[in-house]
Amino acid sequence: MSKELIQYICTVADNNLILGQRLGELCGHGPNIETDIALTNIGLDLFGQVRSYFQYAAKLEGGNSSEDTFAFLRKENEYKNVLLVEQPNTDFAYTIVRQFLYDVYHIRFMENLQKSSDETLAAIAAKGVKEVAYHARFSADWVRRLGDGTEESHRRAQQALDDLYTYTDELFHQNESELSLVNAGIAVNTAQFKSDYYQTIHAVFAEATLTVPDQKYFLKGGKKGIHSEHMGYILTEMQYMQRTYPNMQW
Amino acid sequence: MSEMEIKSLEERFNQRIANDEKIEAKDWMPEKYRKTHIRQISQHAHSEIVGMLPEGNWITRCPTLRRKVALLAKVQDEGGHGLYLYSAAETLGISREELIDQLLSGEAKYSSIFNYPALTWADMGAIGWLVDGAAIMNQVALINTSYGPYSRAMIRICKEESFHQRQGYEIMMALMNGTQEQRDMAQDALNRWWWPSLMMFGPRDAESPNTEQSMRWKLKRKTNDELRQAFVDQTVPQAELIGLRIPDDKLKWNEERKHYDFGDIDWEEFWQVVNGHGPCNKQRLEARRKAHEDGAWVRDAAMAYAEKHANKTYRQAV
Repeated sequence: MSKELIQYICTVADNNLILGQRLGELCGHGPNIETDIALTNIGLDLFGQVRSYFQYAAKLEGGNSSEDTFAFLRKENEYKNVLLVEQPNTDFAYTIVRQFLYDVYHIRFMENLQKSSDETLAAIAAKGVKEVAYHARFSADWVRRLGDGTEESHRRAQQALDDLYTYTDELFHQNESELSLVNAGIAVNTAQFKSDYYQTIHAVFAEATLTVPDQKYFLKGGKKGIHSEHMGYILTEMQYMQRTYPNMQW
Repeated sequence: MSEMEIKSLEERFNQRIANDEKIEAKDWMPEKYRKTHIRQISQHAHSEIVGMLPEGNWITRCPTLRRKVALLAKVQDEGGHGLYLYSAAETLGISREELIDQLLSGEAKYSSIFNYPALTWADMGAIGWLVDGAAIMNQVALINTSYGPYSRAMIRICKEESFHQRQGYEIMMALMNGTQEQRDMAQDALNRWWWPSLMMFGPRDAESPNTEQSMRWKLKRKTNDELRQAFVDQTVPQAELIGLRIPDDKLKWNEERKHYDFGDIDWEEFWQVVNGHGPCNKQRLEARRKAHEDGAWVRDAAMAYAEKHANKTYRQAV
């Protein structure tokens, strides 16, 4: 059970870790100071949650593991984040649409994780749910602004949506080990809120005058450790210090 | 307004400053006071915003999660400082757009220190410890400055800056408690950041033409050389405590003066960087220009949306 639980914690935390890393790239380069600060703040919340998850995973694993061995010392295929969060910051519209597609999932996930029979996970969720509610409000507001703003912002937001929508389905993939944790009352049954998720994002896209792509095929792989070509570069940068100077205290 | 009236306003204004009263945005003030304050406050704001870049460069590469969270928070604080300093400058009748245009055109200056590159993780320690340390020296003096909005911004900024300085010193301390490789990294960072940090206090008093007027307006409460000396006196024992060597052969405690004597600053390098030819001047301004230009359509969208929806109420679906 413990091994499965650690695996599950990684699938949950890695989404935050990699999305936070993407947001970290933008710090100091935002379209104005207010959005710069807001996106950094979202990144900070995500990393804060990552620390709690990995501290718990390290405790379960024991030995020499720590939050940092989980964050920095795994191989690419051991990271289990969905493909959506590793997509690049092509422009502000991609950043916002990516954030929105994740946030609407994330808030529902956290609301449900609060009810987990695992007390630590429930506590992490109870603390994080307020943060994530803010993220969802921020990104939804910006989807509306971009979609229903100028011709250019509409075009860019539509492009981002067209390109990123294909990654949404993977958010709801659950493997057998995860399903056994669902049955044990520990993991969140994401299938429960899948239709609500799509209803909500479609409603916001409608308000934003954006057209939901007619998508028949969805991309997947990250949750199984099969990532996009972006991932290697993300990790090269993120792991640089730990790989170059192994076994040191910072 | 007659010359007599202006003169009497000016006398009253000077009296208020002499009495340590705060000048507020709507109070009468001499034009030169307004302009000098716009220049200094905006220069300070620009420094915060450009200052996000060298440290921002390391956010994606922090060695641990704890360090990553702390660095992100620090750089975010700097953005916040920039924001309220721009707001303080706006109370003097200039818009943020104008101020940013001045930065991007090269007309306005920002602190030269940010034109040096952040090359290793230890630079995150050295910047926090030395650069924020030097900034605090300047800024604590400004808490009592005569212009109310600036003074109040300074109170908050100083609290955060002193936290940043401790954070930077703690990074250095961890490195000095680490392996030889880590100690070398820390010493190398100090070697590169020490002299530029001393330069942060500006030219020698004898060559600082604005000092006298600024002292009278309490926009400056101590001279450049006084602040530089205070910084050296404060920092040398901190370096010694953790086993770092200040890269200055002439550095020596002077028992008579009760201060450290220290070597000569390379003023040629100082003027080179101030005048735009430092190692990263070009990159820093380009990064700011790119962020501003790439963000134009986003700001336009927000304006257009706000106008369209000014009279509409809308339901939030999330």
